[in-house]
Amino acid sequence: MSDQFKLEIVNPEKSFLLKDDVTEVIIPAYEGEMGILKDHISLISFLKPGLIKIFSKGAEDRFFVEDGIVEFKDNNLTILTSSISNINDMKKDRIDTILSEAEKNSQDKEISDQQKYLAEQKIEVLKSIN
Amino acid sequence: MASLDDLKKRITSVKSTQKITKAMKMVAASKLRRAQESAERGRPYSDKMNNIIVNLSNSITDKDNSPKLLVGSGEDKVHLCVVMTSDRGLCGGFNTNIIKKAKTFFQKIIDEGKTLKIITVGSKGYDQLKRAYKDNIIERISFKESKNVNYFDANKVGKIIIDKFEKKEFDVCTIFYNQFKNVITQIPLDQQIIPLKALETKNSPSEDNYEFEPEEDEILSNLLPKNISTQIFKAMLENSASEQGSRMTAMDNATRNAGEMVDKLTIQYNRSRQAAITKELIEIISGAESL
Repeated sequence: MSDQFKLEIVNPEKSFLLKDDVTEVIIPAYEGEMGILKDHISLISFLKPGLIKIFSKGAEDRFFVEDGIVEFKDNNLTILTSSISNINDMKKDRIDTILSEAEKNSQDKEISDQQKYLAEQKIEVLKSIN
Repeated sequence: MASLDDLKKRITSVKSTQKITKAMKMVAASKLRRAQESAERGRPYSDKMNNIIVNLSNSITDKDNSPKLLVGSGEDKVHLCVVMTSDRGLCGGFNTNIIKKAKTFFQKIIDEGKTLKIITVGSKGYDQLKRAYKDNIIERISFKESKNVNYFDANKVGKIIIDKFEKKEFDVCTIFYNQFKNVITQIPLDQQIIPLKALETKNSPSEDNYEFEPEEDEILSNLLPKNISTQIFKAMLENSASEQGSRMTAMDNATRNAGEMVDKLTIQYNRSRQAAITKELIEIISGAESL
């Protein structure tokens, strides 16, 4: 019981997910994947496209996000994101649409290095889901 | 005096108007419930976003180099006003209240000798402002085709604003919208979003030492554009709830007024019918007497 903490995922329309029996969360932070356990130091970071893995008692959920902000404080983990979807609900054709869009974006010569990096990340993650 | 036929026609016309306003009231009521729900569900996001930004800006030590979106461009010459109204009419004083608030603000800016630029969101605002401020309006946005308020639309507006800020087209940005208090009361608000006005926090600024990854200013410069879109999204949600509330009240009043009018006209109709009958009777009797 003692190694559990609270997780809330919020998107602009509503509170997306609320769980209070989470043991570990792995987030795709901007500078690399990051695992968060109970009693982690207070943290603010933001996300790159990737997978959020949530481990709770006997269950594992995986969500795909494109961006977001993470705050961890007093054993409350808050994730704000404007684009999140459960992998199990994602249909293959939807993944393909996002993938081809991202591929088109990364070919674009006009974009900055940062945007290019993010687009390539997205492609990589989507390919791994497929 | 109007003839009986005319009165009858008027009564039917008022009655059918009443039917329309009644239907509109029902529609507004059901839409209101949905709009209100989504406004309430949207609050945690903007609140949390606000909290994080406060925490972040508290821990920034180097105030001079913090992002421009937070501290402003250092000048106060060009004001950008985003006036958010509805796309549809027949909603009482909803649009007029926002416009009135905005116009007072505009006048103040012009009196101070500053430059005024306007972006209208929603077609009704443009209609009301184009006469007096046609040259100041630099952009008009309307989301007539989208059914519900969504984040995607808000993001579009946010991008336009940030784009213009980066091109140094304005120094200060203020948004105007109606805050939804309850069905009867909506408060027209002005809210400055660039530079971010000293944010109010419910809990006192914590002394917590956060771990930041990457650096504070990098997070901030990523977060602030998102915050703009979030604030606009919040304003849009509040606005849509207010619009339906205001329409519901207006249509309720209209229905009641129509009812009163029907009553009055019916009395008038009955009286004149009776008068006509009495007149005919008198004519018959006096005709019979003269024989």
